Amino acid sequence: MVHIKRLQESGSDIIAVIGEIDASSSIELDLAIAKSVGEGFKKILVDCNALEYISSAGLGVFMSYIEEFRDKNIQMVLYGLKEKVANTFEILGLADLLHIRENKSEALKLANELSV
Amino acid sequence: MIKSKALVRLTFLGAMIAWLILLFSDITVLFSSMQGLHPDVPVWLPRVMLAAYIIFLYYYYKFRIELDDSLNFTDLLWKVFATGLITTVVSLVFRLFVFMLGTTALATNIVFSDFICQINLALLVNFLLSALSSWKRLILYQKSKWLIRTWLLFEIILFAVLLYDSAGITFSETVSTTMNVIIGLLVLALAANMRWVAYLNFKQKWTSLLLLLLTFFYLAYFFYTVERSTEMISKETTAFLDYRTQLFIIVLASFIITYGIFSFLVILFNLPTSSVFEQKLEEVVNFQRISQSIQTEQDEESVYNILLESSVSSVFADAAWLEITGAKNDRRMFTYRVSEQESKNIREHLEKNNIKGVLDSGSEKTKNLSKHLGTMKGSRFRSLLAFPIVVKEETIGTLALLKELPEGFNKEMTRIVSTFANQAGISIENFRLMEEAFQNARYKEELKIAKTVQQSLLPNKLEQDKDFEIVAFSASADEVGGDYYDTLRINEHLVALIIADVSGKGTTAAFHMSQMKGIFHSLAQQLLDPKEFMQRANQALVYCLERGSFISASYFIIDTIEKKIRYSRAGHCPVLYLRAGSVESIYLKDKGAALGMVRSKDYCNYIENNEIPYGPGDTMVLYTDGITEAKDGKGEEFGNDRLAVALNEKAGASAKEIEDNIIKRLYEFSGSNNLNDDYTSMTVKFHG
Repeated sequence: MVHIKRLQESGSDIIAVIGEIDASSSIELDLAIAKSVGEGFKKILVDCNALEYISSAGLGVFMSYIEEFRDKNIQMVLYGLKEKVANTFEILGLADLLHIRENKSEALKLANELSV
Repeated sequence: MIKSKALVRLTFLGAMIAWLILLFSDITVLFSSMQGLHPDVPVWLPRVMLAAYIIFLYYYYKFRIELDDSLNFTDLLWKVFATGLITTVVSLVFRLFVFMLGTTALATNIVFSDFICQINLALLVNFLLSALSSWKRLILYQKSKWLIRTWLLFEIILFAVLLYDSAGITFSETVSTTMNVIIGLLVLALAANMRWVAYLNFKQKWTSLLLLLLTFFYLAYFFYTVERSTEMISKETTAFLDYRTQLFIIVLASFIITYGIFSFLVILFNLPTSSVFEQKLEEVVNFQRISQSIQTEQDEESVYNILLESSVSSVFADAAWLEITGAKNDRRMFTYRVSEQESKNIREHLEKNNIKGVLDSGSEKTKNLSKHLGTMKGSRFRSLLAFPIVVKEETIGTLALLKELPEGFNKEMTRIVSTFANQAGISIENFRLMEEAFQNARYKEELKIAKTVQQSLLPNKLEQDKDFEIVAFSASADEVGGDYYDTLRINEHLVALIIADVSGKGTTAAFHMSQMKGIFHSLAQQLLDPKEFMQRANQALVYCLERGSFISASYFIIDTIEKKIRYSRAGHCPVLYLRAGSVESIYLKDKGAALGMVRSKDYCNYIENNEIPYGPGDTMVLYTDGITEAKDGKGEEFGNDRLAVALNEKAGASAKEIEDNIIKRLYEFSGSNNLNDDYTSMTVKFHG
């Protein structure tokens, strides 16, 4: 079960992911990101502080946007990953493909830097 | 059945015999009295025989009419009418006969007159009794205890009257008046039971009126005929069977006439409202059709058609359409006496006038939109009623009913069609649930096939070498997983190993797994270094993997000459390695993104070549995340540490023993044999 909240802060869209993302709940994450892209946000931050678990399908969601983000010049930064979740990103090699930061301020800073 | 047929014949025969005796005894009595002789037969014989005749005929009609279940209301009236017709025709034949005789001696003979009179009387009684049986059926159509008792009392009184008649006794004035009043009240009470009239349709009512009218005509004719001949005879003598002294016939006739008149009037006054009853009945039938349409293996389409038909006929709509958004988002139109263009015009008109949430699927309430049509030019319709069709709390369509009259729909109609629409919604929901169940069954069957395919993709035999032994284990949950492992001998001193995990489950996973197997078997033989292998595999997979899907894999080449393992990790779980003599195993955490994650040539930047030497006694454990992510009852994961311990415990043991230990520890931990994921492990023990 996953709960996704969205809020906007200084021109960035912050998507907070609460709970676990598995094959079925990954659809919700996909919808949230697609919505954010559709609304024209150029800086998308993903708050993973409350993300307990992510399955390969969930990772697939992040992965599937990498190219689209590059083409549309959208910056996505993940932050606040729990060790276990970070480990999953690490093993799959997604850590190198995605921008991951410790906390929100760092993530915001990176997003601003990258979007210049 | 044979028994009742025999009874019918027997009673008829009995009636005939009784009547013949009655006729001859009466003529004898009359003749004797005219001649001043003492009659050879007792004077009471005609009376008693009349009673016998009546009783026989009563039972005859009881068997003919009362116990025949196949008769409906108009049939009953028809029977009375038919009996009337036959008796009248017979009577008329005799009349003709008398007329042809003219003024001959026979025609004026009193005995002959009595003969004719008795025939007419018998026919009248016959007619009355057949009417009695029919009336009984009609009165007792909707029985109540009270009604049955009243009828029984009436029959008993009739019987008593019959006995009284045949006994020839006379009561005082007061007694007979009281009796008359009681009988009169009883007749009135019984005549009030007219429930059957409500069940007649318009046509049947007209038929009934006609039949009743003719019945009255027969009665009038008979009474006139019998009365006239009786009058004639009574001028001469009183020594014959005079029907006017027979109370039974009078009581019976008055009952038949009273009920007949009541029925006639009730039917007449019910004529204007009969259409309402018919309509109500039709509504019930339509409702039933909608609810039953699902059980008769009909499809959604027929439910829609029935809904459209029923709604139109229930509210007398001039036209209607039904717009449905199907399960696959396809729009379908069902129309009745309205073209699609017309309905489109109406919808566009309403849209233009900004009447929100009406005929689109967003509307949730039934709406009477007649007033909005008033402003529309060129449309023949002036009333419009729209209903949503709701399935699983979702509006899947709209039913629109049209009338050419303004204000053509009332509240009652709205309510009826609402009920239809609701019922149709339920029927469709049931239908879809059933379909879903079928789909599920089919999906399960597909999964079974996919699982067989997946199992067949895994190798039966693993490569072995004097330098190493390999064992592997794989188990999958009910769903088809995407774990894959394989080995391939490249040449005498090179053996390739692969372990992979396809994201996702089910048939797609099995499909990707088979692709991975193809890639492994074709690329491994080309003696590529592991990084090159991954790059090419990625290149190949980019075209087959859908967005968001990827495959994590680790590829190894064991070189038995150089005693080295060259490998590349593409997002797969790190290899667990235990050096001989060491007590702690280690995870080889190297860089590498899963296959399909980077869909360009850039992938080479995210993958690398690695190399480690091996020695005798070393152990390498390859596994999929199903093992490390296996949970215990508290939701804790098996994890890398427990896996490492399971290996450390059996450091010196054979590959098979190590594998068994890992499986044992895993099952001990997860507490049950219930698999939630795929577990795959491949253990390599080096000897050389």
